[in-house]
Amino acid sequence: MSPDRTSKSFGYPPIDDYALIGDCRSAGLISGDGSLDWLCLPRFDSSSVFAALLDAREGGRFRIRPVGEYSSERRYLPDTNVLETTFRCPSGAFVLRDLMSVSSEEDKRASLTPEHEVLREIEGIDGEVEVEVLYGPRLDYGLTRPVLERQWDHSLRCEVGGAALILRSELPLELEGDSRGASGAVRIRTGERKYLSLTYSREAPAVIAPLGEAARERIERTVRWWQEWANRCTYEGPYRDAVVRSAVALKLMTYAPSGALVAAPTTSLPEALGGVRNWDYRYCWLRDASFTLRALYALGYREEAEAYIGWLLHATRLTWPELHVLYDVFGEARLPERELVHLEGYAGSRPVRIGNDAQGQLQLDVYGEVINGAARFLDRGGRVDRDTSRMLDGLGRTVCKRWREPDEGIWEGRSGRFHNTHSKVLCWVALDRLIEMHEAGYLDVSVDLFRANRDEVRKEIEAHGYNERIGSYTRTFDGEEMDASLLTLPLYGYIEGAHPRMRSTCARIHEKLATGELIHRYETGTDDGLPPGEGAFGICSFWAVECVARGGNIEGATQAFEQLLAYANDVGLFAEEIDPHTGAALGNFPQAFTHIGLINAALTLGEYRDGSALAIVKRSSNDIPTEDPT
Amino acid sequence: MNKRGVSLWGFVGTVILTTLMAGSQGLGLSRINFPFMLGTMFTPNRDRAKLIGFGVHFLNGWIFASVYAAAFESWRRATWWLGGAIGLVHALYVLVAAMPTLPAMHPRMANEQQGPTPTEQLEPPGFMALNYGRRTPITVIVAHLLYGAILGAFYRLK
Repeated sequence: MSPDRTSKSFGYPPIDDYALIGDCRSAGLISGDGSLDWLCLPRFDSSSVFAALLDAREGGRFRIRPVGEYSSERRYLPDTNVLETTFRCPSGAFVLRDLMSVSSEEDKRASLTPEHEVLREIEGIDGEVEVEVLYGPRLDYGLTRPVLERQWDHSLRCEVGGAALILRSELPLELEGDSRGASGAVRIRTGERKYLSLTYSREAPAVIAPLGEAARERIERTVRWWQEWANRCTYEGPYRDAVVRSAVALKLMTYAPSGALVAAPTTSLPEALGGVRNWDYRYCWLRDASFTLRALYALGYREEAEAYIGWLLHATRLTWPELHVLYDVFGEARLPERELVHLEGYAGSRPVRIGNDAQGQLQLDVYGEVINGAARFLDRGGRVDRDTSRMLDGLGRTVCKRWREPDEGIWEGRSGRFHNTHSKVLCWVALDRLIEMHEAGYLDVSVDLFRANRDEVRKEIEAHGYNERIGSYTRTFDGEEMDASLLTLPLYGYIEGAHPRMRSTCARIHEKLATGELIHRYETGTDDGLPPGEGAFGICSFWAVECVARGGNIEGATQAFEQLLAYANDVGLFAEEIDPHTGAALGNFPQAFTHIGLINAALTLGEYRDGSALAIVKRSSNDIPTEDPT
Repeated sequence: MNKRGVSLWGFVGTVILTTLMAGSQGLGLSRINFPFMLGTMFTPNRDRAKLIGFGVHFLNGWIFASVYAAAFESWRRATWWLGGAIGLVHALYVLVAAMPTLPAMHPRMANEQQGPTPTEQLEPPGFMALNYGRRTPITVIVAHLLYGAILGAFYRLK
């Protein structure tokens, strides 16, 4: 990788130049110059209609921007996922509003609405500006250049695997010579409004979305829907704006028909420019299930939390009593990975992958996550039927059978299996929560078996997962390396944050893995089966905030949190990783887990600041030695 | 129509079909659960839904057995393969036509256009009920083939 390599030198905007729009079933990314460079329909994980994000020349895009020189600034309309880009040119200015239209179920019953619609509104706000439109859909990740048919006025239609993709435009668009793209330019004056609507319909006859005033009404309805949703947030603690922005982004990444949450709406945005760490994140990982539920419940989104746990408990039934690492939005666990060799990749970062081979890995931590998630659900008044009780018991028995095995661990390394301390802790969490739920009368499980195994797991962790010499828990049993996943130990209630063993672990993680307030996943020399080179991890950095706060250093945690917030892009979104040298976003974007980390860190800071810290640790850590090795 | 034959073999066929479908769930082939889907039309209580659904499912089993028997009577012939053929058509109808329209009839089932309003509802089956697992169409077809074959083999014409 060349040291001066930048995305712009390859003709790509920086990753954090993108903003997200969506309708809770699919999502699109729009760059700061008004280009819709990524859109998959009809689901987050469907093939793409526009993929300039992964191949600027051949991927396809739908761009609206001024002709000539301009500057632009963006924002989301308050508490919505409606993006507003203001373009300023020497001759005037106009606003571009982008959204995927949404409405309540009542509204849908009252009128016909398109299955999916990207709606774009152009409004002149100053002088007169010449606006150009470029429409070039490329289906199946850029492989197919569909033939566009003109229908009526300025409408263009093409077939997308049996579905109809229809662009209606109030601007005149001319077909290219081969009818595989269209473009146009028009002058927009102050006060003038023009609309373009792109709809996708699997059912025929397709619903034709009217433009003009009707389009404005759909925008207002969409704004209203998002604002009403955001207003349901009961959180009144610190950093409310960032928390609500994260909640609104998370909601957008939730697949409404099943309640699943995708990790990110993109694939193969690189963890290092030009590198090979490019993965498909348009699936649902179990590894942050309980953190997701904590965030949703604490913000007052009970229905979303229950829909999510519903998905979690039912999607995993096909693989029961084993759990896989990831599933699709309906619970399909077989997601074979393949490379799209025809795409050049974001800024030349190859390969571009779809599917994810992590589905074949053993990650014992997911058992703890799912069972801890179920415990949160039951704590909040949820109840499970006998089948689900048996299912959870079966997961516990699997933990008892397998916790002694090495696994790939939370980071899905491709260098083999190890006895990862974090995985063992999550096995302890699984059994501990099952016992708690049994004692509370929520479940009927094999409690004696679970107690015996839980105690044995803990003994093993304390004997082999903690290194007396360096005074820290370690990445693997009997090892010396650090791993940021160890920051979560107090978050699961395995150990108190103020316990000497945890304080010294937290300090050592900062010493070995931190660049300022940014935390890397593991040490530079750690072999994860891939060429080195990645940024600091967003969620690890937020875990560190929580860990420091739980250790008693509220001021330090607050300072780190505020510094982390500065790494969000101009519309408040975080990627998976952050380049510690430039602050640039790396990896898939936006990343749900980073936003979950942000919300939980804010919650913890709020609890500790106002003295109402709800200690997750309900049991004492008396069985953990309290020597202070420092 | 031989009502005793319809009652007996409709019941036996439904028992076999239900056992096969439940077995496919247990083996991780499919998540589809007809009694649960039917029962949740009447109540959100999961345990009660399964009980009610079982009753409705068996009632359906008898109703469909009457239709099969009517076909056998009209042909004046009942064989295992004729029954199997009707079962195949029945299964294809269920998968291709009935399942995708189920969300419109089911008060607690989301549809694929659901959202962004959150749902605590049942996930929609989708085309060929593929949302419940890739092997769902196979298990539904095999179960209905067996149901039809049992009726065809053992039903005695009046």
